[in-house]
Formats: sequence, C-alpha cells, structure tokens
Amino acid sequence: MNRTDWETVIGLEIHAQLTTRSKIFSGASTAFGAEPNRQACAIDVALPGTLPVLNRGAVERAIRLGLAIEAEIAERSVFARKNYFYPDLPKGYQISQYELPVVKNGAITVQVGEGEAAYEKTVRITRAHLEEDAGKSLHEDFHGMTGIDLNRAGTPLLEIVSEPDMRSAEEAVAYARALHTLVRWIGVCDGNMQEGSFRIDANVSVRPKGETRLGTRREIKNLNSFRFLQQAIDYEVRWQIETLEEGGTVQQATVLFDPERGETRVMRTKEDAHDYRYFPDPDLLPLVIDRAWIEEVRSNLPELPQALRRRLVEAHGLTPYDANLLTASKELADYYLAAVAAAGQALAKPCANWILGELAAKLNRSGIEIGESPVLPAHIAALVRRVQDGTISHAGAKKVFEALWTGEGQDVDAIIEAQGLEQVSDESALESLVDAAIAANPKSVEEFRAGKEKALNALVGQVMKASRGAANPQRVTELLRRKLTG
Amino acid sequence: MPAIDLDRIAELARIELTPDSAAAFRADLQRVLALVDRLQAVDTTGVAPMSHPLDLPQRLREDVVTEADQRDALLALAPTAENGLYLVPQVIE
Amino acid sequence: MSAERLLTSSLRELAAALAEGRTRAEALADAALERAQALQERLNAFITLTPEAARAAARAADERRRAGNVSLLSGIPLAHKDLFCTRGVRTTAASRMLAEFVPPYDAFVVERLADAGAVSIGKTNLDEFAMGSANEHSHFGPCRNPWDTSRIAGGSSGGSAAAVAAGIVPVATGTDTGGSVRQPAAMCGVTGIKPSYGRVSRYGIIAYASSLDQAGVIARSAEDCALALTAIEGFDPRDSTSLDRPSEDHAAALAAADGQLDGLRLGLPREFFAAEGLDADVRSAVEAAARTYESLGARLVEVSLPRAELAIPAYYVIAPAEASSNLARYDGVRYGYRAPDYADLDDMYRKTRAQGFGDEVKRRILVGTYVLSHGYYDAYYLQAQKLRRLIAEDYRQAFDSCDLILAPTAPTTAWRLGEKGQDPVQEYLQDIYTIGANLAGLPALSHPCGFDSAGLPIGCQLIGPYLAETRLLLAAHAFQGKTDWHRQLPPL
Repeated sequence: MNRTDWETVIGLEIHAQLTTRSKIFSGASTAFGAEPNRQACAIDVALPGTLPVLNRGAVERAIRLGLAIEAEIAERSVFARKNYFYPDLPKGYQISQYELPVVKNGAITVQVGEGEAAYEKTVRITRAHLEEDAGKSLHEDFHGMTGIDLNRAGTPLLEIVSEPDMRSAEEAVAYARALHTLVRWIGVCDGNMQEGSFRIDANVSVRPKGETRLGTRREIKNLNSFRFLQQAIDYEVRWQIETLEEGGTVQQATVLFDPERGETRVMRTKEDAHDYRYFPDPDLLPLVIDRAWIEEVRSNLPELPQALRRRLVEAHGLTPYDANLLTASKELADYYLAAVAAAGQALAKPCANWILGELAAKLNRSGIEIGESPVLPAHIAALVRRVQDGTISHAGAKKVFEALWTGEGQDVDAIIEAQGLEQVSDESALESLVDAAIAANPKSVEEFRAGKEKALNALVGQVMKASRGAANPQRVTELLRRKLTG
Repeated sequence: MPAIDLDRIAELARIELTPDSAAAFRADLQRVLALVDRLQAVDTTGVAPMSHPLDLPQRLREDVVTEADQRDALLALAPTAENGLYLVPQVIE
Repeated sequence: MSAERLLTSSLRELAAALAEGRTRAEALADAALERAQALQERLNAFITLTPEAARAAARAADERRRAGNVSLLSGIPLAHKDLFCTRGVRTTAASRMLAEFVPPYDAFVVERLADAGAVSIGKTNLDEFAMGSANEHSHFGPCRNPWDTSRIAGGSSGGSAAAVAAGIVPVATGTDTGGSVRQPAAMCGVTGIKPSYGRVSRYGIIAYASSLDQAGVIARSAEDCALALTAIEGFDPRDSTSLDRPSEDHAAALAAADGQLDGLRLGLPREFFAAEGLDADVRSAVEAAARTYESLGARLVEVSLPRAELAIPAYYVIAPAEASSNLARYDGVRYGYRAPDYADLDDMYRKTRAQGFGDEVKRRILVGTYVLSHGYYDAYYLQAQKLRRLIAEDYRQAFDSCDLILAPTAPTTAWRLGEKGQDPVQEYLQDIYTIGANLAGLPALSHPCGFDSAGLPIGCQLIGPYLAETRLLLAAHAFQGKTDWHRQLPPL
C-alpha cells in the first residue's frame, strides 16, 4: 500500500483578555492578583435581581482589534446566553456573542520561518466576539471540596476565531505570535500568557493531500505558551496520522495537552457535547456601533506592525528580517523609531544594528525589558552620530555603550571625553606619526610601492599603535596613501 | 408531536425527577406542548423574530471601577465557604 | 387616625392628615401592621412582616416632617411584593430556594419609595418566582381572596392585591410578566397598573422572564396608582433596559383633568369579547363599563387583534425559555438552598433544584429548557418570537383606530383554591387578555367595574400605546369619578 501524504489543517481560537479597568458587565475591578473573591461583586456572583450593563471600554477595544485586522465592525451585534452548569459560572450561563459577533471577516499576514525559507502567509479571521470570562476552580483539597474564586468571572474577553488556514505547527505559532504582538501593540490585551490573558485553543485535523473536505478535528484547549502550542500540535498531528494509517478513525473531541508527558488526552467527546441552548440575552439590547465611533477609534490607532515593517524596509533601507525583529513589540519599535528620529533617517541602519546587536544582547542577558533599558534611544542616536562623524571608532563606541549600560556615564560626549576615546583626525597631529611610521618601516613602504595593497594596513597599524588607538584609521590611511604615492 | 426526552431535558436543567414525579411532569409537559404547538400552524415566512419589546441600542457604561470589595457580606450568604472561597463538591477535571 | 379610616382613605387624604398633624406616620404604620397581623391567618397576604424596621422608618418620616419639606408619600405605609430585593430583609420569591435569602441591596423601586419617605411594613405573598395566576404556587402557602377566603387572590402578585383590598396598606408594589399585577387586582377589586416596558427599573427584582417583567403598583384608585407610579418611574443606569427619559408626573395630570373623556376612542377587540371561556357576568360588567366610558364622552370602536389567541402559546414558550436560563443561578453554590445530601457536584445541583423549586417552577424550567434545546429552538422559540412581532404589530394597528383598548382583565372572577387542579394549561388560559401587553411592552391597567352573581369583583382592563400611562390613568380616573366600584370593601 502506498503511504499517504498527509496535510495538516489548523484553525485557532484565541481568548484575549481585554485591558479594561472594570469588568465587561459590572463595575468590579479586573486587576490581577487580588485575594479570592475580593473582586467579585453582586453582579459577578449573580445575586438575584442584579443586571448586566456593558462596558464601553470593552467595545472600544473590540473595535480597535477589528480595525487592526482590517475586519468589518458590525453595526449591530447581539449578546446571547450560553447555558451550562459549572460552579465557576455563577449565572448558569455565559454572556457571549453567537450569531452576530462584533467583528467579522478580518485577516493578518504573518512571516513564517527565517532566512531563505521565510515566506508570508495570510490567515483569515472569521470573527472576534466579546464575552465574559468564568471564575476559577481551585482544586487543592478543602476537605474533599473544590474552592471557587470568582474574581475572574466577568472579565472581558475577545475571542478571536481564525479560519482553518494554517497548514503546520510553524504557521500556527507564527500566526499566534503575530496576533499576540498585535493585541499588545494596539493596547487591547497585556498578552500575559502566564496569567491567562492570552489563551489559545487549536482545532487540528489531517487529511490526505489533495482532499478538499476537512478531516475530523480535535480541539486542544487552553494552551498558554507558544512552545506548548507547537508541541501539542506536533503530537496531535502525529497521533491523528498514526491512528488513520493504522486503520482507525478520529473521533471529534476536546483534548487537553499535558506538557509533562508531551501528550494530548481526551477531555470530552462529541457524544457528551453540551447543548448550550443559546438565545439572545433579554437583559441586554443589541450593541450598535456607529461610523463616527469607528472613525474616532481609527484615528487613535498607532501605525500597525505590518505597515511599519514595510516602511522600515522601503524608507529606512532595512532588511525584511531586521524589520521583522524590530516590530516584534511596540516598545521595541518605538525605541528604534525614537533613536532614528534623533539620529536622522540616514543613520537608520546603524541604529538598527546597535539595537538588534549590542543592546538586544545586553537586555537578553540581564533579562531587562526594553522599557527599562539604561541606554536610551537618544544615547544610541548620539553614539551612531559620533561614529559617523569620525569622532570615535567602532571599538570606542563599544566602550561608550558599556559606560552607558553600567550607568558610569549618561552623556555620550562626556564619556568620550572622560575616557579619551576621541580619535585624532587632525592632519598636523597625525602627520608626525605617519612620517615616523614611514621612516621606521621601509620594508612595508617598499612593498606597498611595489603594488602590495596589504602593506598599507601594516603601516596603518603602526600609526594606530603609536597613537594608542586614538588615531582615526580612515584619516591615517588617506594620509599614508597621499604621502607614499604623492 | 415527538415524544419528549424528559430525562435529557431534566439533566440539562439539573432537576432530579423521581419515577413518580417524572410521570406527572411528562403528562404536564405534553399538555403544555400541545398548547404551544398551536404556533406551528402560523405562517411566519419573512417575519423577523422579536426578542425584545424595546427597539433601542444597548446603553454603555464608562470603564470605571465602581464596586468596592463586598466579599465578607457576599460569602456570608453561601451555604459553604472557607478561606474566602465558595466550596462545592470536588470537581474532577 | 384609626385603622378604619386608613381602610378608606386615598393617598391624598392620608397625606393631608399627616400634613395637618391629625395622624403620624408611626400611628399609620402601627395600624397597618396590626391589621396585617390580624388578617394574616385568614389571608396569608404576607410572607414577612417587618414591624421594627417599619416603626423606625415611620419615626424617621415623622422626624423629617417636623423638619419640614416632605414628599406626598412620606409616612405612607405600603408593602412590597416579595420579589423585590430588600436590604437586610429576607426576600424569598415565595420559594424554598430563597427562604433564608437576605439581599445586601434594595431594588430600585424599593429605594425610590423609601427615598420618598414611604414606610414598608413587609413583603407580600406571590406565586413562586412570579410563576402563576392564582398565588397558589407559594412555598409559604396560598394567598386568599379578601372577598371570599375560599378563593384565590389571583397571581402572581396576590399578596399585594389582597393587602390593598383588605385595607392593610393603601398601596403595594407588584410585578407583571403576563398579567401578574392586573389579574390579582381584578380578582381582589382594586386598581393596578403595569407600565410600559422600560419605564421602571428591573434592578433588584428577582427575574422571571426578563423581556416581559415590569414592575407596577396596586392601589385603591387610579389616582393613587398615579402617585405611586410617578415615584417609581425614572432612569436607572443599573438596568440596561431602563428608559433614559424624564419621568412624567401622572398625578399632576390627573389633578388638572376635568373628569371628561371627550373624543377618546376606546377600542373593543372583537376577538376578546368572542373568546371561549369568557364568563357571562364578566362580559356584561365590562360592556357596562364601556357604556360608562361612553357616557363620559368616549367613543367606542370595534378593533381587531387577530392573533389574540396565539398570545398564550407564544408567551408560554418565551417566558419559560427566559425563566429556564434566569433560574439557572439557583444552584446551591453562592446563596440560597442547598440539598443536605448528595453524591457529587451534579447530584448536588439536581437535588438542590429538585427540592428548592416547587412544581410549577420546575414545569416552566423544563418547558423552557425543551423549547431552547437543540432541534426545537427554531420550531418553538424562534417561531414564538416571530409571533411576538406579529402580535405587537396587531396592537400597533389597533391603535391606528383607537386611543386605548378596553377589555376584560380576566375571563372569570376568582376561582376556588385548588379548583384548576391537575392541568396547568387551565391556569395558563386565564392569561389570555393580559399577556398581549407584556409581549408588546405596552402599558395596561385594571380597575374594578362590578361584581359577579357570587359577589366577586370584576376587573376592566385598559391597554395603551407605548408610554401612554398618563392617558390610561386619566381614563380610569374619570371612570372612578363617576362610579364607586373601587370604593367597595370586602366583608372581612
């Protein structure tokens, strides 16, 4: 029997917790880390007679995301009740959007892979809808009971649902990362995956290559890191292919990923799927968003990563790879743009090199976020200018950077001065050194004159040595050449 | 009218029915459904469903924290609570 | 002022007596409490009486009066249907599920009336979670009709209607999801109004069916209803369906009226008067009321509500559907009843809800779960919503040719306790005249218009276009200026 070539099909559902101060339907705080139930008000606890009122901030963030993925913002969307019993679901239903979501038909284009193998992939986003989060069940033992903390109940979520457009775990991770960058970029979600602010469900199926119908999918729930996303999909794909190749069938199911074993296991199958009895929530009226509001939100939207990436390549002359790295977060991009603004666009490339090279390495090593970097964009700008105008050498610049990093100095010129890093470029000062070098190295002089270019380097080296590194090597080279050929 | 799967409905609603009460409820439900089945005779082609008497947009509240911590008062209402948590029979995940 | 006088006084008379120092709020509260206690065994109108809180509130009202500047309702005793949350006072919804539930807040309506200085003496009986038309489905036993204690008071706001009819309080609050203010008002011979949906905040009202629930008031006259309604109307940011518009002073409009209804077109729906099950005495009393209106200058016109009969099936899909979801929160976890013995979490849910809810509530939850469940949603719930639009459209069209609709409130007078017995549908059919206003969100009131051969009160219903409360009250007020049905007292 011929071995089948399999194709993987992946769609992601991502729950992004919105950065509002208060909950989606109540005035309780959403701050993370409070003691259990201190942020669960009467509405969140579903006391009789309490009613939901929708938070404008949550809607505004949904619009922002919708615009950022070039989606349609529904003029009219409807909140529905999803009915099921669970102790962390106080009302016995979750308020969500079902038939009419607030955002639909968007897309983002992401970079997959690196270097030669890199390619662009557009992932369509079917919809994004507003809903409330549930509370938390704490499974530590309380005399054989489970504890319920409702602080998280009612926290606003945007569920972002993609089309099954991804064909590999790499694509899924690239899409999830790009969306993660985007939601933080536009400030709708803090992206903190440990705290559960960005949770990923992956729908995975496989089918023989060439088949157009989708295979039976299994949904991997609640992945809270990109690494687990990759591992879970890899495992799941392997498992599904093996199962099918052994003549088995894949049952539609919801599965959980166990990071310790690196396996998925079934949580529930379709047979015990819930009957959620969705219907429009009669406590809430249709959400109506007018053009004016959308335009207002649009006008406050920052330049988006994709557009900025294009600008960095086209106007700043960066490589797509560097542009991609610099737009990994809004903070990094802002840092870079501030440095370029101070240095001048002509120096964009050296700015990028410093930020992605020296600075990134330092930040990485010390685990510091770019926002807390002791080296500021203005420092980078001053540094590249001083290299550009010949005041300091690259080696000197590294010393200045070190001083800025350690806090030894705060001003680039002052550090140059204090450490005596200024290069000697003055011709009269260099002339005697050059003459001395010519006099002391007749062999090199001769070789150069005989056409051996390399011999000049040895002479430059002598001058540099004699100046204890202070001479501007470029000027030295010029002077030597003039004297020896003149 | 199809026979009602009362067990499934009662399970969805989380209401325990004893064998005796199940028979009575089944009979009641049959009667109620016979009443509401009169709706089936009406041609509603092209009629938009009306889920609410108000034809108004949802009002929005500003994103402000207005609720103070009321945990102690609220937990005092619970049948079982401890260490700031509501307690329920063990949930197995 | 004696309890006797309290029995027959209007709110304006009581307010004048208080203003002139002929009585004090505390004395009125005492009289109301005394009468409530004296009649409790016979009527079972109250689930909870709050004598201490009432006396404290009354004394505070007397204090404020001495300091000057009080509203008309200041010091007036009243009672709240036990579906309105009251801070620090148990609020049961007549259910075992909430038998011990003490809310940490007041409903908007409760808050408004307390702010106006009114003195609540307690919480009145009702059908459990407002589900019923007789007030027989109460965990605390049925409420009885003051006109004949072997009969039902009507429902679901039976306790409020009985308390007003029996002269315990001059005014009481109610809620109306399918007729629950108007029908018991009719059965007990008092006046009750359900305002337009959105007029009065639902905040703090234990929900039955959210798209139909609306708070109202029951009193002895349209004028007293106008005064109380004016006090509880208004915008509440805590209810997304609360209308953001200034409240209207209905009472001032009544005070300025001349008692004539010249040119008012009263529509009599052909289908209502032809409906099967309309009692002959009720029919002739309502027709007589129509003639009285005519004598006041109104013009009677025949209108048609072609889908009148379908309101019942539409309602008994929509209301249970919403109820099945609204009542899912009663799970024994955060408040309320929890079954004492259970095997695991799901068993706790099932037993808690089986033991905590009464049969009628369970029936409606099961029906509601069924009509929303997979495979039945379109046929039942969606179809009922489409019917709802058609029914609302019928009313809109009827109002093209009339200003108010006049109809019976209920097809019969109060029946004997237990008489409807085994078949829940028999009770549902009683709602035929009232549920249309709830489905369409319209204001409606019921006022007394006579008695049947057994001496039981008959109610006449007026239904108005959206937000036409003042028009309704003006008409009923004119009627009551010419008749004295509303002044009749039950033989207690």
